[in-house]
Amino acid sequence: MKSLQRISAVVWKELRQLRRDRLTFGMIVGIPVLQLLLFGYAINFDVRHLGAAVADMANTSASRQMVLNLAHTQVIDIKHQARSAGELESMMRRGQITVGIYIPHDFDRRLADGDRAAVQVLADGSDPIVQSAIAQLGQPSRVSPYLDQPPRLEIRNFYNPERRSPVNTVPGLIGIILTLTMILFTAVAIVRERERGNLELLITTPIRTPELMLAKILPYVMIGLVQVSLVLCLGVWLFDVPVRGSLVDVYLVALAFVVANLSLGLMISTMADNQFQAMQMTFFILLPSILLSGFMFPFDGMPEPAQWIAELLPMTHFMRLIRGVVLRGAELQEMAGELAVLAVFIGVAMSFAILRFRKRLD
Amino acid sequence: MKTGHPEAAIQARNLSKHFGTVMAVRELDLEVPRQRIFGFLGPNGSGKSTTIRMLCGLLTPSQGSIEVLGRQVPREAEALRMQVGYMTQKFSLYEDLSGIENLNFIGSVYTLGRKRKRRRMAEVSEQFGLDGFLKRRAGTLSGGQKQRLALAAATLHEPELLFLDEPTSAVDPENRRAFWESLFDLVEAGTTILVSTHYMDEAERCHNLVILDEGRLVASGSPTELSRNIHAQVIVVQSEQPRRAGKALHGQAWVRSVAQIGTELRVLVDPSTADASEAVRQVVLGAGLNVSECRADRASLEDVFVAATMDHEASA
Repeated sequence: MKSLQRISAVVWKELRQLRRDRLTFGMIVGIPVLQLLLFGYAINFDVRHLGAAVADMANTSASRQMVLNLAHTQVIDIKHQARSAGELESMMRRGQITVGIYIPHDFDRRLADGDRAAVQVLADGSDPIVQSAIAQLGQPSRVSPYLDQPPRLEIRNFYNPERRSPVNTVPGLIGIILTLTMILFTAVAIVRERERGNLELLITTPIRTPELMLAKILPYVMIGLVQVSLVLCLGVWLFDVPVRGSLVDVYLVALAFVVANLSLGLMISTMADNQFQAMQMTFFILLPSILLSGFMFPFDGMPEPAQWIAELLPMTHFMRLIRGVVLRGAELQEMAGELAVLAVFIGVAMSFAILRFRKRLD
Repeated sequence: MKTGHPEAAIQARNLSKHFGTVMAVRELDLEVPRQRIFGFLGPNGSGKSTTIRMLCGLLTPSQGSIEVLGRQVPREAEALRMQVGYMTQKFSLYEDLSGIENLNFIGSVYTLGRKRKRRRMAEVSEQFGLDGFLKRRAGTLSGGQKQRLALAAATLHEPELLFLDEPTSAVDPENRRAFWESLFDLVEAGTTILVSTHYMDEAERCHNLVILDEGRLVASGSPTELSRNIHAQVIVVQSEQPRRAGKALHGQAWVRSVAQIGTELRVLVDPSTADASEAVRQVVLGAGLNVSECRADRASLEDVFVAATMDHEASA
């Protein structure tokens, strides 16, 4: 009986403490709900709504009908019209589209011919999941329920013709590793000083808040770039990941992402009361970064609300940038928009941290 | 330099601080003269640390005004950082850095030039006897060593005004003595020191003293003034049964406190009581106990402290 009493005393205490620790309480509820929603809706191996563009050189009733049929499969969403095969390719390199449909001007004749492919489908095949979704497009029944003779589709996979997963995964892995380590480093940076009592000393010195914040970030920028090099080297040596863009671009993109994550960590550090809370908050960001950024599952396949959330994560923008540069050989000017988003992110997070941090104890 | 340097290093008027519904400091008036050691004496929770933190600009007062070295605090606190040193109650240097590394860091944060930093580091390590352990990690040092290192760090930039929050709480008596010697050296060199303590022997060494109790100032003055102006008469009684004698005295309305020190009883008696030592003797004899000695004594600081905190309880 006494043992039961002692046990229940502890259980009661734990529950009571738990109820007062709102963050842990939030995780208990939040993580399963988040996981369920993500796995249930966002994570969709049956990929649909891949962004597409059409270059219809023939522009006949048959070609327009076929484009309509393709759109009806819902595997692709036709978002742009292109005037040439070259325009399709550059749209793909910039990351604007995942699928390009090229209809040659002799489409009707090829259709009648039946031997030659009537349509060329260009696919950003970095992600094998996307590749298999597009392969389904080639099945005659899906393309031409109303045409007498089904047109033959020729599918050309760009960027990852051997369909190897590591090619797609390794650049993304840089993002995951940087998200975890960089945010965590700075998330505990200020909280740790507070917990150990160092902060009371530090805030009575003449150091200014922006100086302190910058000083907390700088050491980790180097560490972050070392991590980038490590993953990149291993990726190239062990998995034959091609680096098609320039190395300078790769490092510029990584630098922006490292600083964005460090600023985010610093922001957490000014909000958390202790190191454990800082860790919890880090995981709140890490989890959606892994699942929603396009690292694991194609971005286009997610429902819109998930895409909105994803747009708020630095990881999503980094993922587009790093895949563009490493796998598709895109140049930075072509993806300046994504880089600008990261810059805005850094500005906002840093300002928040600086404004929130007070050289006071109350 | 708008108004020139005022006489007092610190002036506080009507200073209050509450945390939620808890009043930590209530309507405190302070004037700390320059080049003196000014003591805050009070039990734990009496508001000493809160007051020091407000004077440093780390806490915003709920009410009242503070002027430190001619500047308004907390508004102009940042401008004072170079002139003020602060030694926290809990050791707040980096335990995973060595003594030298800590001092180096502090010197750089206070932007001492390379030469001055090197000179000051040599000076403080000589002054506070740090030589033997400067290369060790701060976390491995003893209480006394940590405290000397912390004082060295707080004075590295040669502040005019030094706040010490219970600096000797983790230090043995011998080290405390040496520590106070170095405080007097600093004062002689022109520093003003504000120190909080709950040790009577330390309070005794201060030039000026305020006694705090539950956030209120209950007495102030030099230690001699305080014992002269005590609101009580001090009677020392020797008896063979001090516990029983004490109990008998406790019941009297005019007896304000009884404390046993060895075989002696120190009795604080209401100041209006006529011929107090005779009255005390009669009470003890009346309880059927013997009295071998009974005389009036000069009030110690502890007597002052007890009398002052009881006065405040009576009026509250």
